[in-house]
Amino acid sequence: MRGEKIFRADVAVIGGGPAGLAAAAAARAAGAERVLVLEREPLAGGILNQCIHDGFGLVRFGEALTGPEYAGRFLRAAEERGVDIRTRTMTLELTAERRLRTLGPRGYETAEAGAVILAMGCRERTRGAIQIPGARPAGVFTAGVAQYYLNRQNMMIGRRALIVGSGDVGLIMARRLTLEGARVLAVVEKLPYAGGLARNVVQCLEDYDIPLLLNHTVTRIEGERRVERVTVARVDEAGRAVPGTERVWACDTVVLSVGLIPENELALQAGAEISPLTGGAVVNGDLQTSIPGVFACGNALHVHDLVDHVSAEAETAGQSAAAFIRAGTAARAEDRLIPIRPGAGVRYVVPFFLRPGARSLISLRVKEPMSRRRIEVRAGGRVLAARKFPRLTPAEMVRLTLREPAPPETETVEVMISDD
Amino acid sequence: MEKRFDVAVVGGGAVGCAIARELCRYEQSVVLLEKESDVARGTSGRNSGVVHAGFNNPPGSLAARLCVEGCAGFATVCRELGVPYSSTGKLVVALEPEDAPALERLLAQGRQGGVPELELWTPRQTRAREPGIASCGALWSGSTGITNPILYTVALAENAQANGAEIILDFAVDAVDRAGDGFILRAGERALGADFVVNAAGLYADRVAALAGDENYRIYPCRGEYLVLDKQAAALLRTPVYPVPRPGVGGLGVHLTPTVDGNILIGPSAEYIDSRADTGTTAAVIERLWEEALRLLPALAQSRVVTAYAGLRSKTVPAGAQNFGDFIVEHSRATPNLINLAGIESPGLTASLPLARLVCRLLSEKKPLKLKADFRPERQRGEEFRSSPPERRRAMAAADPAAREIVCRCETVTRREILTALDNPLGVRSLTGIKVRSRAMTGRCQGGYCQQRLAATLRDEYGVRPEDIRLDGREAWVFTGEVK
Repeated sequence: MRGEKIFRADVAVIGGGPAGLAAAAAARAAGAERVLVLEREPLAGGILNQCIHDGFGLVRFGEALTGPEYAGRFLRAAEERGVDIRTRTMTLELTAERRLRTLGPRGYETAEAGAVILAMGCRERTRGAIQIPGARPAGVFTAGVAQYYLNRQNMMIGRRALIVGSGDVGLIMARRLTLEGARVLAVVEKLPYAGGLARNVVQCLEDYDIPLLLNHTVTRIEGERRVERVTVARVDEAGRAVPGTERVWACDTVVLSVGLIPENELALQAGAEISPLTGGAVVNGDLQTSIPGVFACGNALHVHDLVDHVSAEAETAGQSAAAFIRAGTAARAEDRLIPIRPGAGVRYVVPFFLRPGARSLISLRVKEPMSRRRIEVRAGGRVLAARKFPRLTPAEMVRLTLREPAPPETETVEVMISDD
Repeated sequence: MEKRFDVAVVGGGAVGCAIARELCRYEQSVVLLEKESDVARGTSGRNSGVVHAGFNNPPGSLAARLCVEGCAGFATVCRELGVPYSSTGKLVVALEPEDAPALERLLAQGRQGGVPELELWTPRQTRAREPGIASCGALWSGSTGITNPILYTVALAENAQANGAEIILDFAVDAVDRAGDGFILRAGERALGADFVVNAAGLYADRVAALAGDENYRIYPCRGEYLVLDKQAAALLRTPVYPVPRPGVGGLGVHLTPTVDGNILIGPSAEYIDSRADTGTTAAVIERLWEEALRLLPALAQSRVVTAYAGLRSKTVPAGAQNFGDFIVEHSRATPNLINLAGIESPGLTASLPLARLVCRLLSEKKPLKLKADFRPERQRGEEFRSSPPERRRAMAAADPAAREIVCRCETVTRREILTALDNPLGVRSLTGIKVRSRAMTGRCQGGYCQQRLAATLRDEYGVRPEDIRLDGREAWVFTGEVK
């Protein structure tokens, strides 16, 4: 491009939420000189900035912080380390050669980075994606949008609300709407268990006498201009509405909390392999994607339930990115990767591959709730990690650190659940 | 004393807006009355966006003739009006060997009607054009295209306005009183006068005619549901693909249509319903849409749905009728100085300007029409960031701070484009109004990121109180007010 100025960075981090900030600070700490964070909002911090409730940081700091407080700590750390945080800057393009196109206060620019960290977070599954039939009136919000309206813009979205889906943001919004004077009629969940954390079911629903209707689904939304009625039916084991069990709820608002999807348009654009299980990039134990020098972390990699874990994971990505620019591409291309196989009952495992000799942290989710189980990570006959769990639910991510690396000759590593 | 116009057009769909624009070519005062808060909120905004070649309608019918005429001029009009248009061609595919005779019938029908660029294709030719389609042959129509029907309608309305027409929104005509040779049209407390009325009320054409004393029409709404697929599926299809039409189903069959914006549409179904407003979707139909779509293009199985919608056809023949309901454009047989249009369903979008010219001819039988010297058919379109090459993007950003901010991530819409959409000539300030003009909120996150920014812009920069922000029509409130 004629007259084009290209700026160069050692590490370019896309997204200035908790993952991006922690990754950038870690990359600096590990020796990367010029570390950029590209953040579309005027203020870094990501989704935490709209999470005014507390409970963040219990794992990491042993304190219950609000979202903005938690983000603030990482923002200050990144700034103190000399990370260049470019706000109001949207990354529009990414190539496999780690070339980025951005749009922001400095104009439409091109950057070339020694390493790229994908930390774009996630987006909410929409009504269209789950195909709730019926009219399309005003008054249907995803939970995150509702949260932004209330917490960031001070605008109230309705008077009588039904929450569809029991994801964490939906549970938190059930409480928030109640505290703001709305009547929350119920939370409708298609599965036989809640999608969100147990502590949120207790603190956001039970404490406010909001019924949680498990095994129920919305079969119709009505209302010519604004939501007027919602029909809810029980579902059978196959998840299909059972005729005759319909109940009509008069309400003006529907809040959807039906799942989060890693935001990966840029990863796809660059050609990174995406896992159908997580919706995020396929990564190895260093959190490197299928594209050398491109790393992923946080909710862009797989959806987390605790931000504390996002921060820790992002630090790994930051360190890996710094190591990558020190070592260069060639050193890594020859590495043999050992695939990790999720065993029965395991929905997914991140990372998808291990490097022989590396002691990685493994994150996983189970497919359904279970109790008194033991999870083992095995390489052939060797147990690389094992832990007992009194209870496991899909809502709560399990993390295991390998106590020893996979031996070089390992064919596959398996993650297995067995009765304790 | 109410304001008086020479001609009042009732209905702000593609046809009504085209009529208003064509009427503006002549020395006369024109008003367009629309019951919704924007144009293109009815059938015109809820269809496949296909510019038809004209082979589906019986030769000699008004629909066939005006469709062929409209198709021939459509690309030019889109250029004039700054509306996206893509010359895609179209395939009608035979999925079974026994469908083949139907293709020949369509070919013969089209040729008789003067449709250009029609050919029968072998399965191999078809596959060469659309590798994912497994057919026993197809009818290729080279003159078929696609447009964005909402932007087309908006552009017609804006161009009519720029040429002197008054566009009045939220004016639901509830009485049409005779006053001398003319009319007084009322909507609640509001009223205006007109010497002539053109009834282009679509689904409500029979009711508007009846208000004016003409009970000769009856409209039967026939709903069609659609699914909109994520742009990730775009590579799977570049041509609209239709099955062979089956008689008596009330539509052209569930087809696949690429949109000018890069999505794929599945639909529409065809179901006669009683309501003229129920554009809701149903679980049963959506399941069927998927089945039919996968029959045409099995590779769609992995595609994701972005949203669903439904539109209503305004038919003049009831369910089960075997006769073809042609377009009706005529002087009212009951009420002087009233021109009625009825039964303008597909291909009404394609035929909209020929229909408008026909209305002008009918009007000229009643009063002299004198061409205006200063009619300007062109409309300027704001520059799009997403479709601009890198050098142009850089220049846009350098020149304009509002072009340095992306408001809608999925569709790459800048703040400048949002502001342009908000400052639209019709004065529409609803979230849907911004959406259809800018494409914000239409992508895969369905406004998850941008809608809050649109609402904030309305409140903070346009001074709209939260409780006055609307998704769409007057009752479509979004907020009760501020958080206490």
